[in-house]
Amino acid sequence: MTQPRQERVPAALGILAGLGAAFFILPLAGLLARAPWGDALTALTAPETLDALRLSLVASLTATAISLLLGVPLAWVYARVEFPGRNLLRALTTLPMVLPPVVGGIALLLAFGRRGLLGMFLERAFGITLPFTTAGVVMAETFVSMPFLVLTVEAGLRSLDRRYEEAARTLGAGRWTVLGRVTLPLIAPSLFAGAVLSWARALGEFGATITFAGNFPGRTQTMPLAVYLLLESRPEASFILSLVLLAVSLAVLVGLRDRWLGSA
Amino acid sequence: MKRCVLLALAVLSACGSVPAPASPDKLGGDLSVFAAASLTEAFKAVGGGFKAAHPSSNPTFNFAGTPTLLTQLQQGAGADVFASADQPNMQKAVDSNLVAGKPRVFATNKLEIVVAPGNPKHISGLADLARADVLYITEAPDVPAGKYAAQVLAGAGVKPSPRSLEADVKGVVSKVGLGEADAGIVYVTDVRAARGRVSGVVIPDAQNVIASYPIAELRGARNPAAARAFIDYLLAHGQQTLQGFGFTHS
Repeated sequence: MTQPRQERVPAALGILAGLGAAFFILPLAGLLARAPWGDALTALTAPETLDALRLSLVASLTATAISLLLGVPLAWVYARVEFPGRNLLRALTTLPMVLPPVVGGIALLLAFGRRGLLGMFLERAFGITLPFTTAGVVMAETFVSMPFLVLTVEAGLRSLDRRYEEAARTLGAGRWTVLGRVTLPLIAPSLFAGAVLSWARALGEFGATITFAGNFPGRTQTMPLAVYLLLESRPEASFILSLVLLAVSLAVLVGLRDRWLGSA
Repeated sequence: MKRCVLLALAVLSACGSVPAPASPDKLGGDLSVFAAASLTEAFKAVGGGFKAAHPSSNPTFNFAGTPTLLTQLQQGAGADVFASADQPNMQKAVDSNLVAGKPRVFATNKLEIVVAPGNPKHISGLADLARADVLYITEAPDVPAGKYAAQVLAGAGVKPSPRSLEADVKGVVSKVGLGEADAGIVYVTDVRAARGRVSGVVIPDAQNVIASYPIAELRGARNPAAARAFIDYLLAHGQQTLQGFGFTHS
């Protein structure tokens, strides 16, 4: 990447850019200004907050693990295998990035719910029902977050200089050795960035979760759901929880940019 | 790679919406009504009647759970009229100095058990909600419907364990309608609005509660004349429409 020349900013452009930035900064400032800092500790250590926080961490990390397990092979197939319908398949599997999450939740219900295509069979054969369970939360989060990992890893694989892999092969390394010792280490930055992005998306998931998994403290009530419901009963506590989510997301984005995307 | 990640960042978050403001101070013009989610179908019909009576008016509705509406109003959302699903939330609006004049009860509602069409689990009353083979869901305790449901259950001495505390009555109705839950407690009017997709099991009056819906003009109304006209229309001509949707006369 080449270093851009330092340019003088035309006034009109600067003003518009400033407006654009203010549009994002002001809501955050509002949250900071209205947060009841005195009650922060009480709100954060309330049992329902801790339940929601614990559930959010467990579910989002599990979703990320599943995304890695299934998403990396998927990305590899997209990057390396030519087959008819690849673009269509890629579009279908990354659809949740642009789909309203509620629609994703409804789709999950129609597939994995008690009356769903597969869910009906799961209930009859194994007595497994997924809606209203923590597993349902993990599924909803995986559904909306895995595409971020797949696209990021696929881009990493495509920009990889394949001569390294070929060199390893000519030196006698097997396919799995090449994958484990050459390919994956070389795309580590994209793997990491993809995993963190999809984790952040999973952590913030709301619409698909409340639609597919419902809302029950300790079982399916994640942080974003707690924020939404607290807004109705104790808005101040909801502001504090919002700030926690905000701080985590900010740390992730700043960290990602400095570490893997080259700082500006 | 970099471009792709930035694209991903851009798509990372999605957001909610805020209602539109109203304008000039005459009977015509925009009229913004904030109304409880359980009023959705009925108020759309009443709004149509009001517009027919005052053709230059343009009533718009923001339907959500009552506490959500209250929070929006407390945060300065511009609205002319507030219709609450219960008295405590209206009282909070009065206490927050949001209301002009005195709130007036315009309708009452009762609770009913919502079940799948045809009632396949043979639920006959509140006691059945605690059955092990019945997947029961309800509204969060801060939503008026959830609070009423808890009252009704406590009165009947039934202690079901809900699998989900939905954010509003519509969440309960749709999940029962989709067959994901077997039963929930919602308003009579919700069951009627979803006729065909769900069935209802009557809760006897002795066990039921009466939910009163108060309405008030808001202090910050940009169109107070239209706000008052809408409330008057609702209390007079709107009653028949409301009854058509299952509300009882106030």
